[in-house]
Amino acid sequence: MAEVNTSTIEFSKELSSFIEKWKNKQGNLVMILHKVQGEFGYIPRNAAIKVSHMLDTPLAKIYGVITFYNFFKLEKPGEHNIQVCTGTACYLKGGVDLIDELEILLGIGVNTVTDDGLFSIESVRCIGCCGLAPVILIDGEVFGKLEKDQLPEIIAKFRDK
Amino acid sequence: MATKTREDLRKIREDHKAGMVLENKEEEKNIEIIVGKGTCGIAAGADKTFDAIIKEIEEKDIKNITVRHAGCMGLCYAEPTIKVIIPGQPETLYGNVDSEAARKIIERHIIYGRQVESLIFDKPAVDIFKEEQDDNSDYKQYRIVLRNCGVIDPEKIDEYIVRDGYSALGKVLFEMSPDDVINEIKKSGLRGRGGAGFPTWMKWSFSKSVKNDKKYIICNADEGDPGAYMDRSTLEGDPHSVLEAMAIAGYAIGANEGIIYIRAEYPLAITKLEIAIDQAREYGLFGSNIMGSKFNFDFEIRLGAGAFVCGEETALIKSIEGDRGMPIPKPPFPAIEGLWGRPTIINNVETLANIPVIINKGGDWFAKLGTEKSKGTKVFALTGKIKNSGLIEVPMGTTLREIVFDIGGGISNGKAFKAVQTGGPSGGVLTEDFLDTPIDFDSLVAVGSMMGSGGMIVMDEDDCMVDIAKFYLEFCVEESCGKCAPCRIGTKKIYELLDKISIGNGEIEDLQKIKDMGEAMKKASLCGLGQTAPNPVLSVIKAFEEEIMEHINDKKCRAGKCKDLVTYTIDEEKCIGCTVCARKCPVNCIEGERKMVHIIDQSHCIKCGACFEVCKFNAVIVS
Ligand SMILES: Cc1cc2nc3c(=O)[nH]c(=O)nc-3n(C[C@H](O)[C@H](O)[C@H](O)COP(=O)(O)O)c2cc1C
Ligand code: SF4
Ligand code: SF4
Ligand code: SF4
Ligand code: FES
Ligand code: FES
Repeated sequence: MAEVNTSTIEFSKELSSFIEKWKNKQGNLVMILHKVQGEFGYIPRNAAIKVSHMLDTPLAKIYGVITFYNFFKLEKPGEHNIQVCTGTACYLKGGVDLIDELEILLGIGVNTVTDDGLFSIESVRCIGCCGLAPVILIDGEVFGKLEKDQLPEIIAKFRDK
Repeated sequence: MATKTREDLRKIREDHKAGMVLENKEEEKNIEIIVGKGTCGIAAGADKTFDAIIKEIEEKDIKNITVRHAGCMGLCYAEPTIKVIIPGQPETLYGNVDSEAARKIIERHIIYGRQVESLIFDKPAVDIFKEEQDDNSDYKQYRIVLRNCGVIDPEKIDEYIVRDGYSALGKVLFEMSPDDVINEIKKSGLRGRGGAGFPTWMKWSFSKSVKNDKKYIICNADEGDPGAYMDRSTLEGDPHSVLEAMAIAGYAIGANEGIIYIRAEYPLAITKLEIAIDQAREYGLFGSNIMGSKFNFDFEIRLGAGAFVCGEETALIKSIEGDRGMPIPKPPFPAIEGLWGRPTIINNVETLANIPVIINKGGDWFAKLGTEKSKGTKVFALTGKIKNSGLIEVPMGTTLREIVFDIGGGISNGKAFKAVQTGGPSGGVLTEDFLDTPIDFDSLVAVGSMMGSGGMIVMDEDDCMVDIAKFYLEFCVEESCGKCAPCRIGTKKIYELLDKISIGNGEIEDLQKIKDMGEAMKKASLCGLGQTAPNPVLSVIKAFEEEIMEHINDKKCRAGKCKDLVTYTIDEEKCIGCTVCARKCPVNCIEGERKMVHIIDQSHCIKCGACFEVCKFNAVIVS
């Protein structure tokens, strides 16, 4: 059973051919979900349904896997997702204070998105730059040895992007 | 491209004997600048530094110079770092090189031949670029695992080959039997660096002895301990060493397929691995009939997805199989029955990076380093309240004092040392009493901690041990897969008790409850996560009982971290009325006229500590 009409979501050529390539490999699900999230920034329900059809795998199994792993998101994050490290090194050096400050600056809590859809805040466990603790990661860019006072400027920079 | 034979590789090495400058065979390009570009260096601005150097060289029209990328030297506290190599002069390492500093270095050092003293990093940095340390030098560090990190460009396979890369694989394929290989590893005494310290040769020999037409070598690059990043740096700076080792392991046990299970949070390491695999394939070093032998071996990369438990072997296998990463009971051990039911060796990144060196230099050579039961070196990620945070590699048996004070430069901001956590969420705290004990697998276990992957988090007097224990338990609550009750319920209950203590509701009996539950979890949990989750809190109870009792009896947190037990007041004698605190207070609960004593309205204070941080006159008192 190939594509079925129940799902309306479009996959890019690259994503479709990735799935084609991995379709018959054992244990492909986690890799395919990574690719889906890479395309949409999260895993939309329609996309999960579509993957379920393409792989002939029950939707329940797909959701079982998505919800097990912290990396996969079911909600669409902000255009710029601000990931604040709360791993041990960053925790000791005030990672939580950075979250508090961001919440005040953006007027949102962790795992929520600003009304304009521009920003969201996420707490993550260690991105491997502990030597620069505390760190945050925005759109793949790492900011280290951060002080609360630097946050407004960083946010402004991304707001204008 | 045709398959490269051992002879071809030897030729590459000979051609480049003269030095590491590969793409500049013309004599006149004799000066080299190496820019460390690991994730951490880039985060500190290494890309900008690199561009500034290139621009300056072009502007000044300097011809005899090459600028190269490399992984990092692990000097996180001094990033971006660059190394200047001028023939006939000692190598110079510069730290904190922003664009401005880069221009200065080109101008003064390269053009006028005068080092820029203020930016030079001497000790402890010099430790790490000594090529061969002699036994009686006073250098503390010794690089085996990180031997190529910050030295070679990880995207150029020839640079790896020049530094004896793939010679171990050649030696194994043409001069050694699989048993010889396992014997050499046995002689070396190498134990797994992923946490448990299991003898590597023994694991390999289990798998070798099983007959099966398909076997797997998996590299565990899930690096889940928050605060450890040696595996990321190794893969970013020297991916080939790990790949070469996996092929050697494959030859030893009879496997033809290698899988690297790596955290999706490490995009740069993944890219470096992909490039390395492609380049080695092109040279015929992976694929079929490697180097013209009968041995076939190839790779696949699989991504983790942010679950700490997936570092555990059986959970990792489940995850590669595309499932929820939940552990299953052992035995059967993966070495016998692993991925898709086939014999599977899982080794940690750092363990593997040692293998080519052991094969080249011999197990006996390796076994000379370290302590009686822990051989070789260990890489530690030194972070927290330490001056020189970064990656260090020291012989096993180095003391904590040497690490924290000699290499690490001591505690930052002149504070007092309190403890070091090793082993992450599975480990424990080491106090001052332990500063002079040689560190190895067994000495750490003896004091209720463990080596773990090598995270070393340094804490000072401002850190509260109840808070730290709570932090680790919270981590385990979140990361417990929930499959077995002792871990699922135990982590939650202990966390709740710690929370109760931290808000001032603790009772004496709570400590005993935590201990009892912890002991039960150690015995009854299914996997290592639950079995070791109580370690941090148990070790804190053992080492810092007095501090916990203060929380319970006196409702006091001496570090000022447990907010419910803290009040901020202003000392009338010391306050000069500078108004700084009042302007910083996020809830505007500090009152006072300019040049008058300020007062905190306790009913509105949210205990954020901002006033304490900003007062330059030490007038804000935490109690
Ligand atoms: C909860 C848990 C997490 C683990 N995380 C890792 C990890 O991130 N990296 C790693 O190499 N080993 C990890 N281990 C240890 C591995 O299960 C395994 O022992 C190791 O990869 C074996 O390789 P080695 O013998 O080379 O050390 C973890 C174990 C447990 C129980
Ligand atoms: S000990 Fe914890 S992580 Fe391990 S299987 Fe049990 S519930 Fe899962
Ligand atoms: S910052 Fe310190 S000195 Fe200044 S008003 Fe506040 S308490 Fe007084
Ligand atoms: S602790 Fe925070 S809320 Fe309380 S007085 Fe100081 S600045 Fe204001
Ligand atoms: S703890 Fe924050 S990057 Fe590792
Ligand atoms: S400099 Fe490489 S890890 Fe920090």
